[in-house]
Amino acid sequence: MKMIRNLPSANSFGQTSKVSLTVNGTNVEKEVSVRMLLSDFIRHELGLTGTHVGCEHGICGACTVIIDGKSSRSCTLLAVQADGIDLRTIESVANKDGSLHPIQEAFHECHALQCGYCTPGFIMNIVSEFENNEKIDTTDEGIRELIAGNLCRCTGYANIIEAVRDAAEKLQKKR
Amino acid sequence: MSTRSFGTRVKRNVDPKLLKGEGSFIDDLDLPGVLHAAFVRSPFARAKIKSVDTDYARSMDGVMAIYTCDNIGNLDMELPLLIPHDCMNDARTQRTLARDDVYHVGQAVVMVVAINRYLAEDAALMVDVDYEPMDVEVDIEKAILPDAPLVHPTHPGNIAADLTQISGDPESAFARAEHVTKIRVEVERSTAAPMETRSVAAYYDKISGALTVWDGTQAPLTVRGGLASIFEIDEDKVRVIAPDVGGGFGQKVMFPHPDELLVPLAAMELGLPVKYIEDRRENFISSNQERKQIHHIELYATKDGDVIGLKDFFLHDTGAFIPYGIAIAQVASTSIAGPYRIPNIHVQFQAVYTPTVTITPYRGCGRPQACFAIERAMDQLAEELGIDRFEIRRRNLISDDQFPYPREGLIFADGLPVTMDSGQYFKALDLIEEKIDVRNFPKMQEEARSQGKYLGLGLAYYVEGTGLGPYEGGHIKIHPITGKVYVNTGLSGQGQGHDTVFAQIVADQLGVNVEDVILTEGDSGAYDWGVATFASRAAVVSGNAIHKTALIVRKKTIKAAANMLEVDEDQIELRDGHAWVSNSNRSVSLAAVATATNPLRYAFNEAAKAATQFAPASRHDGPALDEGQAPGLEATDYYSPPAATWAYGVHAAIVEVDEITCETKIKKYALVHDCGNMINPTIVEGQVMGGVAQGIAGAMYEKVEFDDDGNISNANFVDFVIPYATEIPKVEMYHLETPTPLNPLGVKGVGEAGCIATAATIASGLTDALREFGNPKFRSTPITPSMIHEVISSSSSG
Ligand code: FES
Ligand code: FES
Repeated sequence: MKMIRNLPSANSFGQTSKVSLTVNGTNVEKEVSVRMLLSDFIRHELGLTGTHVGCEHGICGACTVIIDGKSSRSCTLLAVQADGIDLRTIESVANKDGSLHPIQEAFHECHALQCGYCTPGFIMNIVSEFENNEKIDTTDEGIRELIAGNLCRCTGYANIIEAVRDAAEKLQKKR
Repeated sequence: MSTRSFGTRVKRNVDPKLLKGEGSFIDDLDLPGVLHAAFVRSPFARAKIKSVDTDYARSMDGVMAIYTCDNIGNLDMELPLLIPHDCMNDARTQRTLARDDVYHVGQAVVMVVAINRYLAEDAALMVDVDYEPMDVEVDIEKAILPDAPLVHPTHPGNIAADLTQISGDPESAFARAEHVTKIRVEVERSTAAPMETRSVAAYYDKISGALTVWDGTQAPLTVRGGLASIFEIDEDKVRVIAPDVGGGFGQKVMFPHPDELLVPLAAMELGLPVKYIEDRRENFISSNQERKQIHHIELYATKDGDVIGLKDFFLHDTGAFIPYGIAIAQVASTSIAGPYRIPNIHVQFQAVYTPTVTITPYRGCGRPQACFAIERAMDQLAEELGIDRFEIRRRNLISDDQFPYPREGLIFADGLPVTMDSGQYFKALDLIEEKIDVRNFPKMQEEARSQGKYLGLGLAYYVEGTGLGPYEGGHIKIHPITGKVYVNTGLSGQGQGHDTVFAQIVADQLGVNVEDVILTEGDSGAYDWGVATFASRAAVVSGNAIHKTALIVRKKTIKAAANMLEVDEDQIELRDGHAWVSNSNRSVSLAAVATATNPLRYAFNEAAKAATQFAPASRHDGPALDEGQAPGLEATDYYSPPAATWAYGVHAAIVEVDEITCETKIKKYALVHDCGNMINPTIVEGQVMGGVAQGIAGAMYEKVEFDDDGNISNANFVDFVIPYATEIPKVEMYHLETPTPLNPLGVKGVGEAGCIATAATIASGLTDALREFGNPKFRSTPITPSMIHEVISSSSSG
């Protein structure tokens, strides 16, 4: 068995490249392996483990983050592609004092999460829809379309649909 | 007690951290210097291993260790047969790492440990394994034929188990019958596909000799016991923690998958934390699956539809190994008569080895298959006798006054005889008939027809044996400083809201807020007696254990408070975190009571001053603790169910088929269910809804597909179609609450309820919708648009 004395940095293996980006409002500059997925970078280099990984092939939406204002799947991007972007993750959604964002509040009110593994992905997708659309279609069908990029294995979606409607209506009233 | 929280829609305590991304799933743990494991897995369904060459891989950058069957010490063995049964002869289980033979695509052959997952996977690719592939048969009906290739040479006909169970006197019932209905049904293989794949991490502290394992498991205490016995270390030196777990649905209950042993082994040998995070493909090709069964069911009835006998023979695909014994097949065979009286039953199954991923329970565990068989048969019997589908069921349901209704001779998966304990089966059927609006349906159907749409009404009834033993425990302690109540239990949660429902149970007894009850589960370091989360048993078994424990703590609290307030015990009321003297404003906080019951030497705060042995309030006429008295407000108790308790329900749906696209739309889905007293209706509904979604997935979308060589051809989320929100309809839910007499809380399990009757309901609806296309029957799932297309096109062309 090899003895470990001085481990090479586990995440800057092989060829590396420098990325600089804004993460939840803070500038970050890092040297990363050119092979590293953005999802791994976010989770293990930045320590923002609220972004989850469910498939690593772009289907489940668990890894959804907001890049330059648009919801995006971090598992189908490489960290090096993140150079210069504005990245927001689930950790940035709640208010500074720790109180919940209206969509998080609505998820709590409506029991829209069970294991919570898919939840950050849903929230990021929904937040970006809320931010990018003046008006949200709050019919069942409209909301189903809105969240049709995220898989949830626990809830059967019904309560997520209620939560989106609840939050959308509250936010629209506020505007 | 001011307001009762049992039965109310209390919000979940656990939500905020999960909503903020602050959960701690295994891959979220920050373990300094953690190493990563990756596996070399068999690309062949059945092969001889001629050689394994790891030399090059070993020399690669960042590689720390490589394990094959030759360097894992006593882990080089066949893994334990977890649930033995006489009907299995020499049951086969998997080896930790393959030696000489592989038995399914995905079987673990080599484990590589490197400084990160990328390098571990690189090295795994460079391990050179030389295989000699063998013939395979993955079709269970062909696998039992005499000339089929054998998965295990020890098992002729690939038969892993063969069991017949008999209730009543079936032979004479069969002879007496005036009508017989015989059908064959087939339910496909599916997989739990939890959103978080299986994961495990371990760290071994050489100085203390303590092994800590974080396992995304439903059964942390089982894992602890298993690790201790396999590694031959003291149980107290092994701590197993199931942190937040991203769904389980049965897949995470079986121990061990090979990684659950090999990761701790590597951690012990390398002296650094090691983790293995399964990827999605691995979850498909190496984590256990369930469902494939083929039933030949026969109903023996009188002319007016009274079913007097049932015969069922079914094949159960057990995959390459049978570590979980016959549990699934046994649940299916004992659930086969559903909610019906049917007093004479002959049910036989054969479990069949196939060179495929091992079968262990996935949410439902044999119940969906049994329900599909009996309910499709009931529909067929109704049609043959010209009796309405609701009416045929009415003629056979067990009536309220017939409970407890035993099925003598049938032994359930807990080893105990089947007795349906309670229910209102007729009321449930009446209710669903009303809610699905049966009376208006023919008119709707006709109207739709005129617009080129085909409407059908589907119906299926189910029963669910829940809350199996052997036991669970609860430990409760009222914290002296904060007055908060700490509760421990041994099983673990995967999103079911245990922290909230258990808190509700405790809050009611101790008169505290639900948020002030803090549950620790899934950590053998916190509580180490118990079994696991499976078979819809947490609320029933742990729930009642915690309830019993809360009663003891309540009694202690009242006694101590009465002492402090110098009144009789029956004058004490517990509410708002205080003990009150009834009809007065005198009270003492639970924190103070908890402090006062712990005779102290040092006074750190005001409450503690009152509790020191020198304070005037303390007693001086003897020792501070009476003989046999323990300090504090704390207790532990257990609950061991006398038998499973049977929940039930009935589903109905209106489905619509588009003749051109052959797409099925669920226009309306309604269900009635009864899980006894509901602790938290919101959580119950969430469980049922999630189950329905998985049921619909199995009914219409999901199938693990094998090619002829035994490769899974859809081992990813692109090709294995898990429904999004766009595929799952709104579900109307109606509750009945018939308390079970079997436990103090009167609760039954609900975890699996939703998924049981769904496929049978959809199939029933489609059969109704497409009758005019040659009367198709839809007796296999999933029912895909191509199946419907075939029905429609073959009927119109013929
Ligand atoms: S993990 Fe990125 S879409 Fe599934
Ligand atoms: S809450 Fe578990 S996957 Fe959505």
